[in-house]
Amino acid sequence: MVEVNEKIAIEHGLKSDEYKKICNLLKRTPNITELGVFSAMWNEHCSYKSSRRHLKKLHTKGDQVIQGPGENAGVVDIEDDDAIVFKIESHNHPSFIEPYQGAATGVGGIMRDVFTMGARPIANLNSIHFGSPDHEKTRNLLRGVVKGIGGYGNCIGVPTIAGQTCFDESYNGNILVNAMTLGLVNKNKIFYSKAAGINKPVIYVGSKTGRDGIHGASMASAIFDDKIEEKKPTVQVGDPFTEKLLLEACLELMAGKSIISIQDMGAAGLTSSSIEMASKGDLGIEIDLTKVPCREENMTPYEIMLSESQERMLIVLEEGKENEAKKIFDKWNLDFAVIGKTTNSKNIELFFKNEKVAEIPIDFLAENAPMYDRKWIKAKLPKENNFSKEQFKSLKLGHCLKKILIDPNIADKEWIWDQYDHTVMGDTIQKPGGNAGVVRVHGTNKAVAASVDSSATYCHAHPLTGGKQVVCESWRNMIAVGAKPIAITNCLNFGNPEKEKNMGEFVECVEGITEASKYLNYPVVSGNVSFYNETKDKGIKPTPSIGGIGLLSDYKKMMTMELKNEGNYLLVIGKTEGHLDQSVFARNILSEFNGPPPEVNLFNEKQNGMSVLNLKNKNLIETCHDVSLGGILTAISKMSIKSGKGVKLFPLEGLVNKFEYFFGEDQGRYVIEIKPENLEKVENILKKDSIHFDKLGLVEGDKIALENDIKLSIDDIKEGYKKWLKEYMVN
Amino acid sequence: MKSSVIIFPGSNCDRDMDVALKKFGFENQMIWHNDAKIPKSDLIVLPGGFSYGDYLRCGSIAGKSRIIKSVIDFANSGGLVLGICNGFQILTETGLLPGILQQNKYLNFICKNVFVKIKNKENKYFKKIKKEVLELHIAHNEGNYFCSNDELKSIEDNGQIAVTYCDHKGNDDEKNNPNGALKNIAGIFNKDKNILGMMPHPERMIDPFLSGEDGSLFFENLIESL
Repeated sequence: MVEVNEKIAIEHGLKSDEYKKICNLLKRTPNITELGVFSAMWNEHCSYKSSRRHLKKLHTKGDQVIQGPGENAGVVDIEDDDAIVFKIESHNHPSFIEPYQGAATGVGGIMRDVFTMGARPIANLNSIHFGSPDHEKTRNLLRGVVKGIGGYGNCIGVPTIAGQTCFDESYNGNILVNAMTLGLVNKNKIFYSKAAGINKPVIYVGSKTGRDGIHGASMASAIFDDKIEEKKPTVQVGDPFTEKLLLEACLELMAGKSIISIQDMGAAGLTSSSIEMASKGDLGIEIDLTKVPCREENMTPYEIMLSESQERMLIVLEEGKENEAKKIFDKWNLDFAVIGKTTNSKNIELFFKNEKVAEIPIDFLAENAPMYDRKWIKAKLPKENNFSKEQFKSLKLGHCLKKILIDPNIADKEWIWDQYDHTVMGDTIQKPGGNAGVVRVHGTNKAVAASVDSSATYCHAHPLTGGKQVVCESWRNMIAVGAKPIAITNCLNFGNPEKEKNMGEFVECVEGITEASKYLNYPVVSGNVSFYNETKDKGIKPTPSIGGIGLLSDYKKMMTMELKNEGNYLLVIGKTEGHLDQSVFARNILSEFNGPPPEVNLFNEKQNGMSVLNLKNKNLIETCHDVSLGGILTAISKMSIKSGKGVKLFPLEGLVNKFEYFFGEDQGRYVIEIKPENLEKVENILKKDSIHFDKLGLVEGDKIALENDIKLSIDDIKEGYKKWLKEYMVN
Repeated sequence: MKSSVIIFPGSNCDRDMDVALKKFGFENQMIWHNDAKIPKSDLIVLPGGFSYGDYLRCGSIAGKSRIIKSVIDFANSGGLVLGICNGFQILTETGLLPGILQQNKYLNFICKNVFVKIKNKENKYFKKIKKEVLELHIAHNEGNYFCSNDELKSIEDNGQIAVTYCDHKGNDDEKNNPNGALKNIAGIFNKDKNILGMMPHPERMIDPFLSGEDGSLFFENLIESL
């Protein structure tokens, strides 16, 4: 056996003082298996040691919340005993090293988190970020990630209903792959990971354990260097077929009453799943590693404990229910083994070939895990740019629009979502490419909307504002399909937390998220943190991804963004000040990359959103789209392209110039389509509620037209928008 | 009318098919792949999905499963057998239908609405459908139909081509071929036209709030013709 010393501990990703703390706690030197267990539990990915104290501030409560952060996933009430289980999780590091498997197992992992709680997955989403399109690795990474997400989700038969794809050079060396799953469960039949009772059998089910993924969680807690290719063996390999069987078998077992607690083996595999179950139940656990089904020969206790082989679950059963449970797993051809029992020792005790190979008090691994109060610095709000008249003088509206529509972050992403099965399960009523994906709650009149958003550019310019903005954008996407926003899950992707600037970005983004989610009653119920997204000293822009869900009590009243009828009015809800700093226009047309992000006014955000929902509930809105990247003209272009219907814009009133008006990225705005006969009624309601609105134009013809200025045929603007990604991927 | 949907490990359109069949009046039952016998049925459906993970080759392990012998016997005695997507792949693997389904021409999974032209209405599957062109939905990675020249001649001579990919006007040319399938073939019959395999999923098009409603026409005709 390997002699453990400080050097070996450091190779396991532990710091020198952390190793000393382990020796002090144990009052001896750990053996190699124990060191492996400590390193797995104490790394950033599992222990949240840099983030824990800040995450406590998140707004996590609300009448709709059944389960907040701390479980496998969050759970919210959607009435009539139905509940939605959902969570987003990162799989960034593995996806950069091995895009197909990294992304596939990311999808597999998040789906397990959801069905572990007794829910049948009903929708998948994802948020993926890549380096600059010009970077040599981007194309292959994008292809691999999309194939991986599709390969896994399509096989399981869960529709991928929405997502987001961004390009920015800050991800050249660290791509982001965040996967989200929603599941449906009866709120009285939710399963938790907390073990209870002693001498209860501990069951291992699913795939066999192999040597793949050993130290995956530690890798996810480290920055990358030149030797990154050597890490390939630490990427897990996914088998969606086995996951599908595991899903069906678990749900079949859950229909009975034999499960006390259940936990999937995700990051740090058997180690973290067994310790979490025991820790939450304030119990001990005893495992005989000889009984763990292994795929490879001569696996050591160390390897068995640290393997991250996929598609495995740990279950604590009621005594005497083993045969009943085994029958179900036999039917689905899955491994089933009783590998241990719960105890009252409050220790984790591991046996191998009749010898005790490890014994550690569970407290040491969970509660006593390090927690750091890392130093951080506050970001200053950048100075506003004063754009001169000269800068706009030679610009043409149409030319600017066309350029913006082929910006990689705006151009159509059909090439991606055509590769995801988004219609299986027969309840997808809004497909990818809209404001949010929407699936019906099977067999009811209800539907659930979901989207994922991030705004790294804004967060980079000013983390506090950016954090607020991304929550608001998610909220707006729910409103825009006519759903009442319910709750969010967050995936916090940041650089190295040991650097004060990065830590500051994290702290302030979390602050912004908290402020907005509290104000909007849009609580965070689950999520994860991914630090160390950094290669050779270059970190990513701060990228919190927010996955939001909303409820439609009558799916027939869902709103879409396709323009409906000639002669209808288009209104912009919310005030347009013409904020160009940090906009797509400023970067693409004016080559200006500095300045503050658009200000977020939570009061207006809420008023405007509630007012749109109110109009929708009165059946006064035909179409709705939120105004985001690229401003008003980009928003209506997308609406026109989707429907094939043109827009005649009214001449501008007010002080802002047309570029500021049409491309400004002010927050809290929507474009809505109103029938002429409803116009007066709508105007009166908006005036009464003191909601600012502009009359933008009419649905008319097949062109986007502004008198004495532009006359762009839809086919003309559509071409570049639709083609950009397809052509990029072919080249 | 009684229908049976076979569930293989890895099937994932079994529930959708069950919902669709019941919606249009079938009394449907779900049959486990490891069962020896299929209860009395007027129609057997092999649903879409990834049976046995589609390992080895799409549909190949399912083509050797325990239940499949009963399916073959039922088909050979003239019973109606419908295979959708993975079910089509399984039917070619059993030899009940000629040809094979290769990986899509551009090597990507494709999920989108397509139009198909009905090529033969002299059968129970399309007899009473008034439209010539249906809008259906595909979701597959291996839908690129291929067969030998002799087989092609034989299926053409026997009117075995059921549906072909086309545009909304019914032009079934190469421009409207999503996956590279030979002659734009989206579905074929056996000689007696009691077995139909097709890649598009009618069960996903049975409601105005979904991708479309032409799938309803398919099921309405089916229950009426039986």
